[in-house]
Amino acid sequence: VEFVARHPILVVSIVKIVVLLFVTLTALAYLTWFERKVVAYIQSRVGPLYVGPHGLLQPLADGLKFLFKEDVTPPGADQLAYLLAPFLALSLGLTTLALIPFGPGTVRIFGQDTPLAIANVNIGLLFLFAVTSIGVYGVALAGWSSNSKYPLLGGLRSSAQMVSYEVSLTLSVVGVLLIAGSLDFNNIIVGQEGRWLGFIPKWNVLPQIVGFFCYFTAAIAETNRVPFDLPEAETELVAGFHTEYSSFKFAMFFMAEYANMITVSCLATILFLGGWLSPLPGSWTWTHYLPIVGLVAAGLGVLFDGLRNQRGLARLVFPLLGLALLAASAATVYFGFLEVIQGPFWFLTKVFFLLFVYVWMRGTLPRFRYDQLMDFGWKLLLPLSLANLVVTAFVLLMVRP
Amino acid sequence: MSLPIILFFVFGGLAVIAALALILAKEPIHSALALVLVMVSLAVLYLLLGAEFIAAVQIIVYAGAIMVLFVFVIMLLNTREEERSNLSAIAKYAGLPLAIFLILDLVYWMSRGSARMAMPANAATTAVSTRDLSLYLFRSYLFPFEVTSILILIALLGAVVLAKKES
Repeated sequence: VEFVARHPILVVSIVKIVVLLFVTLTALAYLTWFERKVVAYIQSRVGPLYVGPHGLLQPLADGLKFLFKEDVTPPGADQLAYLLAPFLALSLGLTTLALIPFGPGTVRIFGQDTPLAIANVNIGLLFLFAVTSIGVYGVALAGWSSNSKYPLLGGLRSSAQMVSYEVSLTLSVVGVLLIAGSLDFNNIIVGQEGRWLGFIPKWNVLPQIVGFFCYFTAAIAETNRVPFDLPEAETELVAGFHTEYSSFKFAMFFMAEYANMITVSCLATILFLGGWLSPLPGSWTWTHYLPIVGLVAAGLGVLFDGLRNQRGLARLVFPLLGLALLAASAATVYFGFLEVIQGPFWFLTKVFFLLFVYVWMRGTLPRFRYDQLMDFGWKLLLPLSLANLVVTAFVLLMVRP
Repeated sequence: MSLPIILFFVFGGLAVIAALALILAKEPIHSALALVLVMVSLAVLYLLLGAEFIAAVQIIVYAGAIMVLFVFVIMLLNTREEERSNLSAIAKYAGLPLAIFLILDLVYWMSRGSARMAMPANAATTAVSTRDLSLYLFRSYLFPFEVTSILILIALLGAVVLAKKES
């Protein structure tokens, strides 16, 4: 106890970790719901509908189903690696979120001023790449240890793909590093403050549009998503590296994929889209009420939907939820939390937009062929990100003394 | 005991255990994974010494790139448990005395140097920032840096030539 008392940072960190884990795991579950809904509407279907109102309890049902399924280990599987792989994939996917700053300044927890990130690392970007570079092992080990043909092929494909695209991924952000002159996420975001011509935000996405394209493309390949989801191409490899996995180990791979999506979107927001900075001019003070407007709209929406369309228990829960949201928005203004939530609001809005783009692409684009994938990575993306780096360095050398 | 010292013993011990596992494991993949663990533990020790850039690069280059290729090749060859060949006569008779000698050597130097080598408790004060490191690398030591990169380029070209020859 005395040890803990002498290190209050431990307590604060644990509180922050618990909160972030809870929020993230819930967000992961509902990201699957969101993806299924959006893809369904793209394909003129309605998506999950029966479990709960609007299918909102579907993630919960899926989670319970995963928990109660039999956990099968294929005969001849390498026990240690087979067990290690899903844990490695998920824990690494979640670790990176510890580095993401969700807003500027500090908040008070237990009398300790603490930043809106679990850890402010001054080599944040390098640390993040270090963690994601180990992420390959989860996939490779899962494929190898299953002692089965399809997972092995899937694991090999995905290791090759991740190693190939990691080069472009890392090179594409060096341009941003040159502009920011720092590896610290906070410095990178603060460096993007200001406007061109008084209204265009000085985000890195404009001077680094090529870098952004390279980054986002490579990031989709890194996370094994459509159109680069060859490691789990169901028409060729059943389910790729996690074919033999069942029960909650399968769910862990699933969660790891979505956690990686969130990480990659957060990083894109920080590096290219100005992090927590507002896209609207700071002189427009009324824009500070936008989060509240969103909250009130959501509250009213839920309230009316509950009263008009829902039956049974949902008819009771939905209006109450709506009223709670309205009360929360009023409380936010009343207790002066408005300034604190500005940063997280814009940050999460941008991350959500990028996640939507992810899902949008999944509903729109067909899958690459394997040779196309390798050609695209090595012959187009890599030279492009290299050229971007050289041009950026050259221009910066000309502009800056 | 302060936090850095506890972390030092945890990850130092982990590195030693993983290194032993690396040698003793029969399955090649297990050896490779143990080596990854050694490298990650070493990276944490670098971090405790205040060398955060080296720590990150240690993980990115060794654990994230080189070892991935090792694991990749092991997977491709699909090697299973290694077979134990008979120990050679030299290893049998010279190995044990040599190992004892090396351990004694290590103990001797550690006992002599222990007064000068302080524990990494206050190491953060001597931390070299990434900026300083890059200045050293690209100003003072530019020539060795370029020579090394050309060396790697030659190795790369050699690999391509060898691979082309086969087909």
